Amino acid sequence: MQGNNNRPIFLDLTRIRFPVTALVSIGHRVSGVMLFLSMPWVFYLFDLSLQGPEGFARASAILSQPFVKVLLIPYAWFLSHHLLAGIRHLLLDMEIGVERESARLGAVAVLSVGAVMAMVVVVGIW
Amino acid sequence: MRVPSGGIRTWEIQRLSAAYLALFVLWLAGHLFFEPPTDYWQWYNWVAQPLVKSAFLLFFMALLVHVWVGMRDVFMDYVRPVWARLVLRLSMMMLLAGLTAWILQLMQRVVPG
Repeated sequence: MQGNNNRPIFLDLTRIRFPVTALVSIGHRVSGVMLFLSMPWVFYLFDLSLQGPEGFARASAILSQPFVKVLLIPYAWFLSHHLLAGIRHLLLDMEIGVERESARLGAVAVLSVGAVMAMVVVVGIW
Repeated sequence: MRVPSGGIRTWEIQRLSAAYLALFVLWLAGHLFFEPPTDYWQWYNWVAQPLVKSAFLLFFMALLVHVWVGMRDVFMDYVRPVWARLVLRLSMMMLLAGLTAWILQLMQRVVPG
């Protein structure tokens, strides 16, 4: 591989400004990886819920355990953030909301609507 | 004739699958919210309906390709050593193949009763 090892690297975390658009972007990645890691568990619960009345009862019991309910809070947020950030991404691809101000506005919308959606899901579950 | 480059194709796969995943998740959330299944048979028979079952199957397939492209992008951005990338992508392929087999087997079992 050819590499230019003299490229300047600026990684002073105290001086790097992290705009809200970057926050949405890294949140999209992090939530995506977390959703990926949760897949085997979600598949397991889906499988269990379709195995028969007993499996369905067991899946419901797992989902109503306090520990699992707590885990569902970040999960709901990962899902809503990833969904909304993805929709924003598709709009950006269509050149909608690309300008600096509208991009910022869209990012704020993703963060706040995502949090509200997660709360709605959580309230619905608890 | 030029073969379309892999980059453009995965870019398209990522967006197409994303659009379907978004629609499916909203539809499923709406169903669970407005008509939450109260017992096993209600849930099972709903999933077993041919249209619902096809929507689920398509969802899982879209999900698996979406994850494949997404995780590949993450690996390409953060993992430098070629051998580590190779190991990660191979494990990823095996994992996704396993999940695909699991889901196909599972959905095969779900038939209208």
